[in-house]
Formats: sequence, structure tokens, C-alpha cells
Amino acid sequence: MSSRAAHAPRLRLRPPAVGGHTLLRSLAVVVLAAVILLALTEAVSDYRNSQIAAGAYYFAVLAGLTVLAGHGGRISLGHGALMAVGAYTAMLLIEREGWALAPALAAGTAAAAVVGIPLGIAATRLQGPYLAGATLAFAVGLPALGDRFPSLFGGENGLSVNPPTAPSWLGANFSLFRWEAWIACLGALIVLFVLYNFLHSGAGRSLRATRDDPIAAALCGLRVRRVQTVAFVLSAASAGLGGALLGAVVQQLATPSAFELTLSLYLLAGVVIGGLGSLWGAIWGAALLVLLPNWSNDLANSFSLSTNVKNNLPLAIYGAVLIAIMLVWPSGIQGAIRTLLGGLRRRLGWRAGPAAAPASPDPRR
Amino acid sequence: MTKFLDFTLNGISTGAVYAAVALALVLIWRATRVVNFAQGAMLMITTFIASAVITKTGSYAVGFVVALLAGLLFGAVVERVLIRPVEGAPPLNAVIVTLGLYTLLLAVAGMIWGTTPRAFPAAFSLRGYRVGGTTLLFGPNDTFIVAVVVGVAILLALLFRGTALGLQMRAAAFNPEVARLLGTRVGRMFTLGWALAAAAGSLAGVLVAPSVFLGPNNFDPILISGFVAAVLGGLDSPPGAVVGGIVLGLALSYVSGYEGSALAPLAALVILLLVLMVRPGGLFSAAKGREV
Repeated sequence: MSSRAAHAPRLRLRPPAVGGHTLLRSLAVVVLAAVILLALTEAVSDYRNSQIAAGAYYFAVLAGLTVLAGHGGRISLGHGALMAVGAYTAMLLIEREGWALAPALAAGTAAAAVVGIPLGIAATRLQGPYLAGATLAFAVGLPALGDRFPSLFGGENGLSVNPPTAPSWLGANFSLFRWEAWIACLGALIVLFVLYNFLHSGAGRSLRATRDDPIAAALCGLRVRRVQTVAFVLSAASAGLGGALLGAVVQQLATPSAFELTLSLYLLAGVVIGGLGSLWGAIWGAALLVLLPNWSNDLANSFSLSTNVKNNLPLAIYGAVLIAIMLVWPSGIQGAIRTLLGGLRRRLGWRAGPAAAPASPDPRR
Repeated sequence: MTKFLDFTLNGISTGAVYAAVALALVLIWRATRVVNFAQGAMLMITTFIASAVITKTGSYAVGFVVALLAGLLFGAVVERVLIRPVEGAPPLNAVIVTLGLYTLLLAVAGMIWGTTPRAFPAAFSLRGYRVGGTTLLFGPNDTFIVAVVVGVAILLALLFRGTALGLQMRAAAFNPEVARLLGTRVGRMFTLGWALAAAAGSLAGVLVAPSVFLGPNNFDPILISGFVAAVLGGLDSPPGAVVGGIVLGLALSYVSGYEGSALAPLAALVILLLVLMVRPGGLFSAAKGREV
């Protein structure tokens, strides 16, 4: 029974990087990703660039959540509300105080981290569904503040800011959408860099130890609550940056209804479906959150259906896909890819070396 | 003073509905360790079915019974078809499946019945009792709601405490392996748990529909309050669910009565955090070894 109650997912983790190469490797990953994203934003249309920007802020949030849920074993249904904290902070500073974009984004991140501290401390005391309940109440309760103080938070209509302007040295015809995608991707890369190093550091290993066996971890001298709180705050900060990017850069609009409970639920779904505990999984999850509503909309519009059916078909497809992926690939998209790659490698007779870490055997078996 | 009495009575009747939803969540949590986010959508569907039956036959009682039976069947089917396959997977997977089911059911209801909320008949008069010269915020229908929920809670308590079937269900939930070795059909107990839970949920749907109206999204707040009530009481405890529901109903009624309804969700958050900080397993949690 305890194994079912525990929220420690069974994961295949990369063996921790030994020595000081983590920093170099993470830099290499970030630079490679930046080059790919530069080329990609150059090649595609404005519409696709806006999708890339959306994918980037979703990635920031999902990466933080996957660290918390996958490596910390704590689930949060409140990350949508943490995004709201980031978005509203950044946008209030820009609109009312005239701050520049970069410090405002940083302030939004910091604000979400600060809100995450009491939440994280509370989270260390609570198990599985009780934590889910507390964070759910947070997700429902926080948007009520926006309605309670309409003069400050803009009430139902929320806040809006002017779109960011691309610097003049990029040329007069530089697309606004591409500039937004660049900013959002920069934010996502910063999150990737920080979390990659965190997961491959001693702190990341401590976090996994507290997830797998808190008592043993405490006996080894780890400060279980502190480690878990740090993970929660880091995750909250990522969500805050994602929210700030959503509000101040990509949509230039934040309303209470954009950060309702459904957002938090879909974020959790994105993390699990992408593959819990893996930064790659966060990429698949973000792509799914952006593309699936679009695909299902297009599909629904391609048939001639009655209005009621047409309006609800995208939602139905969304739900059906969530269920289907969980039934077919219990360890998410990244888990399915790993199995596939592992099978290919075995068929080709490759040896799984350290560079081929994704197929490395579970050390606990 | 009448105001206070009104808020109290109103809190008890809404709290009874929260308690029914909380019971549904607790029954499923006890049986299969899953928090069923689809519960709100499931009770929405059964309430739509009840509405169709009532329109067709003109009898509230028939619709009421059909809703309960539909709930039983629905719960059993969901457990067999969707939850059983993810049983061995990480616990979050089942949660995501219920989330997907919630979305799917919402869309299906929108396709069949549209998204405009419609009225749903009440069993008894919604008009409040008249005491002296004032009309209370509590009428025959509220009495009916409270009586039904209390009755169901007592029946469930009798089932779990007083029958061999209830004992088997508790054993299957407590330790599936040992229960299976001792001859309990564990899978059947899980299905039964889901069926009973969904029936309790559809009860809540029929009871609350006259006041929130019937539409695909109209039951979401009820599910959230029910979940908070269940966590408040302790997810393993049916009596806790009832107490949690009533406590939450009263608290929200006072807060929205005196301070405005916008603050109600925040009040729920504060109450939940306060209770969980003192008792991390809810009000009715059993004593447990300390975890780090």
C-alpha cells in the first residue's frame, strides 16, 4: 500500500555526472539549443514564431514542475497561480512604474519565488493528495484577489502592456513575433541552464534521495525539508518567469480567467504526458500544450458539423488524447522514445556508453 | 441575529452537498488511491440524465432513482475500463486519466445538451420556512438535502462497519495483497468502491442542481469545495468528509455573507492551510508514524 501511496514515480534517471563537466555540458546544450532556435525562428512564419514563443514559456513552467514532481516527488496544482504572480508583477512594474522589460521579468520571477517560500514550507509537511488539495486551494483562491482589488489588478479585464519593441540594429522590418519568440526562448534557455545544473549537482541528488526515502536521507545528514523547500522555490521561480513571459512579452495581456485552475491542471498533464522528471519531457509537454489545441481546432473545422458539436470537438479530442497517451505510454512521450531508442540500439548492437545515457539501466534494479 | 441564523442554516445545507461530493472522493481514494478529478463531470452527466428522465416521465422520484443507478453503473464502467489499466503505473497517471475524462465528458455534454445552463426541478419547495414574521433562508428542500446526505452517510457507515462486504472493501483498500490471499475479490471491491462513490456524487448533483442550474461547467465549484472538504476531513475518513463538508459550508457561508462572495475561495485556502499545518493528514486522520 505504501508504494501506491507514495508519490515517487519510478524513473530512469541519468547517472549523475561525475566531476566538473556538468557546467560545460549544460553550456554546450544551451548553445546548441540557441543555434537551433535561431535557425528555426529565421525559417518559419510569424504564426509559427508565436507558437514557438508560447512553447518557450510553457517549457519554462513545465521544466520547473518536472523537477518538483519528478525529482522531488511533490505535486503542485498551484503552478498556474504562480504564473499569475509572475505575470501580474512584471506587468504592473512595466505599466505603472515604467520599468524596462528585463528587470520586470526578473522581478516577476523573484515574486513567484517569494510566494513559493511559504508554499514550499507548507509542502514539506504534506503528503500526496493533501499537498494537491492545498495547492489547488491556492490556485483557486489567488485569482479571487484580482477580482477583490480591481483598481490595482484591473479586475476581470486584467492588465495589458505595449508589445516589446525590437532594437533598431535588427533592422526596421524585423518581425515583432520573431523578437517575442527570441525573448521567450532566452527565458526558457536560462531556465534550462539553471535546472540542468541543479539536477546534476549535489543538490539534485539530495532532492532525489529525499524523494526516495526521506528517513534514510535524514539519517545521512540531509536537511530534508530545506532541500524540498529549495526545489519548490526553484520550481515556483521557473513558473513565475514563464508567467511573466506569457503576460509581458507574448500575450501582452493578463486576466484572472487566463490563470484559472484548468491551467494548473493542464500544466500537470503536460508534465506527466511529456515524461515526468525529464527536461526532454518538458519539451514534449510544452509542444503538446501548444499544438494539440490547434490541431484539434483545425480537425473540428475541417468537418461540417452542428455548432454544438464543432465547438466542443477540440475539447473532446484533448481529453481523449490525454487518456490515450496515459494508457498507451504510461511513462509519457519521453519514456516511449527511450524504449524505442533502446530497442534500436540493441538491434544495431551498440553498447550503451555514458554518452548514450538515456538507455542506461535503472541503478535500482 | 436573524442574519447569523440564516447564514448558519444556509451553510449547513450547502455544506451537506459538499459533504456528498467529499464522500464520493473519499470512497474512491480509499478504494484505489486516486483523486478523481472527473467526479464533477460524472455527476454533471448523471444529473443531465436525471433531467431528461424527469422531463419525460414528469416524476422527480423516477429521475432521482435513475440518477443514482446511472451513477453506480458509470462509476463501475470508468473503474473497469479506464482506471484498471493504469493501476500498476505511477500514481499520477491515474490522476491524468481522470483529468482527461473530465475534459472529455465536459465536451460530450456540450455536444449533446449545449452550454447554456438550464433549470432543474427541486424535490420540495425552495421557499424558506416562516418563523414569526421573517422568512428563513432554509426551506423544505434544504431539509430534504440535509436528511438525504445524513442518511447516505449513515448507510455507508453501516455498510463499512457492520457487513462482511464492507469489511472486505476495507481490507482490499488497506492491503490488497493480503486481502487477495485471504480470498477477497480485490478487483471487484475496487469496482464497487467506484460505483458507490459515483452514486454518492450523482446524489450531490441532483441535490445541488436546482440552485446552481444544470450546465456542463456549473458543477466545477462544487467539486473544488468537495475536494477541499475531503482534504479538510482527512481523505481516508467518511465521517471526516461529512464533518469537513459541513465545516467548509458554514465557513464559506459566513465569509460570503459578511464579507462578500469574492473572498470565499481565499477563505477556503486559509482554512485549509490552517488545518493542514496543525494536522497534515486532515481533521480525522488516524495516528501515524512520524515522517520526516
